[in-house]
Amino acid sequence: MKSLLEIHDLHVAIEEDGHEILKGIDLTIRPGEVHAVMGPNGSGKSTLAYVLAGRPGYVVTKGSVLFEGRNLLEMPPEARAREGIFLAFQYPVEIPGVSNTAFLKTAVNAVRKHRGLPELDAIDFLALLDEKAKLVEMDEALLNRSVNEGFSGGEKKRNEILQMAVLDPRLAVLDETDSGLDIDALRIAAGGVNALRNGERGILVITHYQRLLNYIVPDYVHVLFGGRIVKSGDRQLAHLLEEKGYGWIEKDVVSAAAPVS
Amino acid sequence: MSSNPLLDELTTREYAHGFVTAIESDVIPAGLNEDVIRLISKKKNEPPFMLEWRLKAYRHWLTMEEPTWAKVHYPPIDYQKIIYYSAPKSAEGAPRSLAEVDPELLAMYEKLGVPLKEREILAGVAVDAVIDSVSVATTFKAKLAEVGIIFCSFSEAVLNHPDLVKKYLGTVVPYSDNFFATLNSAVFSDGSFCWIPKGVRCPMELSTYFRINQADTGQFERTLIVAEEGAFVSYLEGCTAPKRDTNQLHAAVVELIALDNAQIKYSTVQNWYPGDKQGRGGIYNFVTKRGKCLGKRSRISWTQVETGSAITWKYPSCILMGDDSVGEFYSVALANNYQQADTGTKMIHIGKRTKSTIVSKGISAGHGENTYRGAVKILKSADGARNYSQCDSLLIGDQCAAHTFPYIEVKNSSATLEHEASTSKIGEDQLFYCMQRGLSAEDAVSMIVNGFAKRVIRELPMEFAVEAQKLLGVSLEGAVG
Repeated sequence: MKSLLEIHDLHVAIEEDGHEILKGIDLTIRPGEVHAVMGPNGSGKSTLAYVLAGRPGYVVTKGSVLFEGRNLLEMPPEARAREGIFLAFQYPVEIPGVSNTAFLKTAVNAVRKHRGLPELDAIDFLALLDEKAKLVEMDEALLNRSVNEGFSGGEKKRNEILQMAVLDPRLAVLDETDSGLDIDALRIAAGGVNALRNGERGILVITHYQRLLNYIVPDYVHVLFGGRIVKSGDRQLAHLLEEKGYGWIEKDVVSAAAPVS
Repeated sequence: MSSNPLLDELTTREYAHGFVTAIESDVIPAGLNEDVIRLISKKKNEPPFMLEWRLKAYRHWLTMEEPTWAKVHYPPIDYQKIIYYSAPKSAEGAPRSLAEVDPELLAMYEKLGVPLKEREILAGVAVDAVIDSVSVATTFKAKLAEVGIIFCSFSEAVLNHPDLVKKYLGTVVPYSDNFFATLNSAVFSDGSFCWIPKGVRCPMELSTYFRINQADTGQFERTLIVAEEGAFVSYLEGCTAPKRDTNQLHAAVVELIALDNAQIKYSTVQNWYPGDKQGRGGIYNFVTKRGKCLGKRSRISWTQVETGSAITWKYPSCILMGDDSVGEFYSVALANNYQQADTGTKMIHIGKRTKSTIVSKGISAGHGENTYRGAVKILKSADGARNYSQCDSLLIGDQCAAHTFPYIEVKNSSATLEHEASTSKIGEDQLFYCMQRGLSAEDAVSMIVNGFAKRVIRELPMEFAVEAQKLLGVSLEGAVG
């Protein structure tokens, strides 16, 4: 099967100080697959998400990323979004005075325009929004409020999943969508994501905890440690991590890196 | 003998240009003296009271000094190098077709969606394109006349309604008010006059747009609007499309008067030439705007979207005399590249239970300097007065600046005042978030800025609001890399 995303030997440093965060990532996601990347704090999880989405402030020092066969790293962030990469932010940003609905409508039409589809008018868009809002049990009042302004943590995350549903991406990257969520909010957000699983879409779930993976069951689990994927497996790996903690990986990696002399 | 060399020159030069020869010409030579003022008045066939008023203003102006308190910088203006009267407008030097017009200006019209015909007028193309608009204006005037509204050029008002002009002119902004207003009082070229009779609600938004093509109002514009008891008028000034204008100094005066239960809503979209990206050229917009809520329960609202001009010096104010009268000021001022804006308002509470609201949104980008300067004065007589002020600044980039100078003076202890202020920066985070959803950087900035300015934009009449939103976006193009 043709791959959706191919990351090869990706090295990434912080632009400001040259500090290297990712030290050679290899990861392939095919259409329909759900991959989970787990790792302790500071392992480079969010950096991976940001680099895929094209956030400024990072430099790729080595390696390549192909999205549907094309060089992703050459594309500006808005082009990546229009091509179908969606990032659900760990910390969704507030935009005062801009209604959630207006924001999403502008975004949808930017994407549709790029794909050669006619722009949606207000009526068609609201119908689409209404349908998707039900998916994440989103309160209508929140749609008319300013983007993320005054939203609770759970509402913000749900809003991210709503945007994802409306924008219909090819590859969705969920950056710690579970952080700060109580169990009910987690269930709703995960339910939204699961509803969007299909044979075409790739999903990359980035998380610290295995808890989320009880709800969004991944096909593959990767452990990110010190800027490298040090272990890959199926969902059993996540359970193992839960059981043994990241310390177990650390010991493993360190002993592999420094063989007994 | 005065020690001021300019004054010396003026007083000795007074009769240098022969009055009789000058009157033969359509353009009075550059410079200002009493003869020039007499000549302006004569050209306009003004009654004696008008000339007297102009002369009083001029004589007072000679004793005044240009103010320096505003946070703006510009090279000294030589007032003797300005041409104070030129009519009819000379077509010389004007572009003959749109092909000769600055392509950047045309690109702006394109983005704002200005109809082709209007582009020629706005760009000052020397063609007779005003026929359509004259006929529009005529039907428009007939409709207003039906309900007894007078809406005409200031010159016409002086000739046809001298009693009204005499009664109200200078009652809000006296001829001696300030350096620029006093200069305007002496030399004002033309402007608008509007009188709404008792109990009449003006059936349409009054717009200078319908009038401006008939008369070249020039750089010293004067507007007087009077709403009699229980009258209502919504007045729109300006245009979102930038106008070609070779006059650098603009010193306009606007006076509003609202009697008992009357309401005046005055909306401005100002988009004069701001100068180029290096800050060369551009209009100096030194305007005095003031409204007087003379009657009980009267209401005056100023709404402005200021995106143009190299320098904006403007403080639309309200004198709240009538008991229970209300003053409002909603402003968005944008300073990009090397623009400087020093703007705000004065709310002077005199009557009992008078209420004022100030919402100011300053946007600075590039090397822009944006200053909010406002004063709230509660006089001793103003029992139970209330004011609410909100001053927010938005910064785009790290070379621009925002300043806030709120002055508050309270002489009555029963007053309630609230002041809120904030400064924020369009962050990389906000931009990236929008772009991650597929928006271009420019659309993202436009959206964030419009969100920031929403509270003010929504005070504008509908069609103006839509244009103003576009304008904010267009004015910030290139503000983020």
